[in-house]
Amino acid sequence: MSNTLKNLLHSPKFMVGFILFIAILLTILIYPLFNPGNPLEMIGVGTFAKPGTYISLYDATSSQKETLKIANAEEKRIAAALSDEDRVKMLEWLSAYGVDVTEVDASNTDAILELWMANYNPDASIKGFTKSETRNFRLIQNRITELMSADTLIIYEEGAEDSKSKIVKTDYVNLNAIANVKTLPLGTDNFGRDVLKELVSAAGTSIIIGLIAGSVATVIGLTLGLLAGYLGGNADEIIMFITTVFTVIPGFVLLILISYSLGQDQRGPTIVAIVIGCTSWTWTARSVRSQVISLRNRDHVNLSKLSGHSLGRIILTDILPYIASYVVMAFILQVSSGILSEAQLSLLGLGPKTTTTPTLGLMMNWAMLYSAHTNGSWWAYFPVILTIACISFSLNLMNTGMDQVFNPALRD
Amino acid sequence: MKGYRKYFTKKIVWFLITLFVAMVLNFVLPRLMPSDPVAAITGKMAGQTTDTAAVQEIYSRFEEEFGTNKPMIVQFLIFLRNLFKGDLGTSFSQYPRKVSDIISSSIGWTLALQIPAIIVGWIIGNVLGAVAAYKKKGWDKIVMPVTMFISNIPAFGSAVILLYLFAVKWKVAPVAGGYAFDMIPNFSWAFVKSVIEHYQLPFWSIVLISIGGQAIGMRSMSIYELNADYVKYSRFLGIRDGKIVGYVFRNAMLPQVTGLAMSIGGSVSGALVAEIIFSYPGIGSTMYAAVTAADYPLISACTLIITIMVLIATLSLDIIYGFIDPRVKAAQFDA
Repeated sequence: MSNTLKNLLHSPKFMVGFILFIAILLTILIYPLFNPGNPLEMIGVGTFAKPGTYISLYDATSSQKETLKIANAEEKRIAAALSDEDRVKMLEWLSAYGVDVTEVDASNTDAILELWMANYNPDASIKGFTKSETRNFRLIQNRITELMSADTLIIYEEGAEDSKSKIVKTDYVNLNAIANVKTLPLGTDNFGRDVLKELVSAAGTSIIIGLIAGSVATVIGLTLGLLAGYLGGNADEIIMFITTVFTVIPGFVLLILISYSLGQDQRGPTIVAIVIGCTSWTWTARSVRSQVISLRNRDHVNLSKLSGHSLGRIILTDILPYIASYVVMAFILQVSSGILSEAQLSLLGLGPKTTTTPTLGLMMNWAMLYSAHTNGSWWAYFPVILTIACISFSLNLMNTGMDQVFNPALRD
Repeated sequence: MKGYRKYFTKKIVWFLITLFVAMVLNFVLPRLMPSDPVAAITGKMAGQTTDTAAVQEIYSRFEEEFGTNKPMIVQFLIFLRNLFKGDLGTSFSQYPRKVSDIISSSIGWTLALQIPAIIVGWIIGNVLGAVAAYKKKGWDKIVMPVTMFISNIPAFGSAVILLYLFAVKWKVAPVAGGYAFDMIPNFSWAFVKSVIEHYQLPFWSIVLISIGGQAIGMRSMSIYELNADYVKYSRFLGIRDGKIVGYVFRNAMLPQVTGLAMSIGGSVSGALVAEIIFSYPGIGSTMYAAVTAADYPLISACTLIITIMVLIATLSLDIIYGFIDPRVKAAQFDA
């Protein structure tokens, strides 16, 4: 036993997988301590706020100002105000107007701006642009002139006669002086929830779903496999009949049928996990059975039989210890496939019905429903995919590592 | 051929038994539902109507149409009879379209997408796995961890990533559908071109899903075979390396064919979910629409069709296996 453990610790695959999995678990446990509260709290009113740090504009205007004269502040301001599309459009206009723009790169704000200011004429009629495009050029022009003129912004309190404060371009405030700063490392989702917070909580729920599903599948598969393999005869025939039938009928189909039949109100995360477990036990049963058959006629088992030990005792002391490593490996794979099954089920709209806990599958489902994948909100789905991949990668790596320790033929 | 007959008869009998169990499950499970589906549909159909007599009338009409007022066993016999006639009932969400009509318009898309994709993925995966086993150093150290990580990205995940990169970011492929939305299916060149363009992303994402698992399986099988005694013996005899690799590959392939048969149910489920991501007009998207609209006849028809497809695929693989595995042949002729 201790030798096996030592071998496992020396298996790089197992260790990498194990450390990755522990790191994920620790994140799930520790992160909520730093960022407590309900993971499904809707902090944003809009949908899909970009990742980044948000500072309160209200606090910023009333904070202590310092005047800083920074050389390229103006350029940066205009560069930030011009989107990539705007630049391309501006270059298109310029070349249609007859200016040579072959040398100008779209990222070179200075050069574009210089040409634009020198040439742009709102009244020039150029063929090939639609009316809305022409209007868009005027809007770009307005935006640039607005930014370039040395305007002072004056802030009024609602209903007041006198201005509250004036803001000029050289005014700066210290970030530390602003009371309300919120960092959203992964932005918000379609409901305006903090994606990172939701993701950590969802990963926890999904791992629990995987563990429950894996345990159910392993218990059913192990029991049936042990009985079929050890008893043989009719019991074996009947159990293998059932197992073969359920191996061929796709578990996913059964999963859909059962989940749909349960109805929305019945589908909590635990029920979904149990259903997943009940539809994925077949190959555990098969492999346990074949292992038990090879053990059944070993001398130590026969000796126990002759000594009159009970069936339960023989199975527990003479068979189980020999297949334990195998069962643990099967369990690990079941956990990882359970997490995946939940995600696939949720994507079909048959996942856990819950308004209190997110799961990785539900997050994915929400992101797809609100077409995050086509509107460029990568933060709503990519971290979810990465989390699922990391969890199942770590579990499979552990499994491969164990396989190599227990099956010397596979060692490199 | 006499020896084969026994093997094939056995496989076909198994196929029929499993098909029957699948049909029973498909029939029984939705009927175990705690809520009354007919009441739910009545509620949806009746809408704002407050006239109880009218609601009662609608209810009994639906009860009559779906036969839910008859005993279970009679219902099952009717279900079987209708099934053999190709009648899968009427869809709720696309009323009065027949379910068999909806299914037959989407099944071709699914078959044309999934069969080539799973086969191509299987071939690429096996070649990669065999090469990784043979060229242990280097390949094994770099390719295997990468393949393993890729194979752990869920099917819908790689579909979404491919969709984002190729359709949204680089705009080299269409975002959704099986053909351009402004076209009507016909056999013109423009339509075929549009179908091929729409085919690429779903196809490659399913190929990508199947590569990883197959490569890992093939690698362990090949390593096992490379260490076998016959390989050492062949080396002592001085047989060329290429020839030995050929033997090893053939022996390692056999379990991989069984592996494909066993895993086809799993890969199909992943591929169906990938269809949803690409809004590909196949069974997967149909089922998604059916779940969203709570269209219960359509859902059970979809699950039944998927089961039958997987069963047929498994049966065909079993038959192929009988031809290529000399051991099966020998066992049949001995008996």
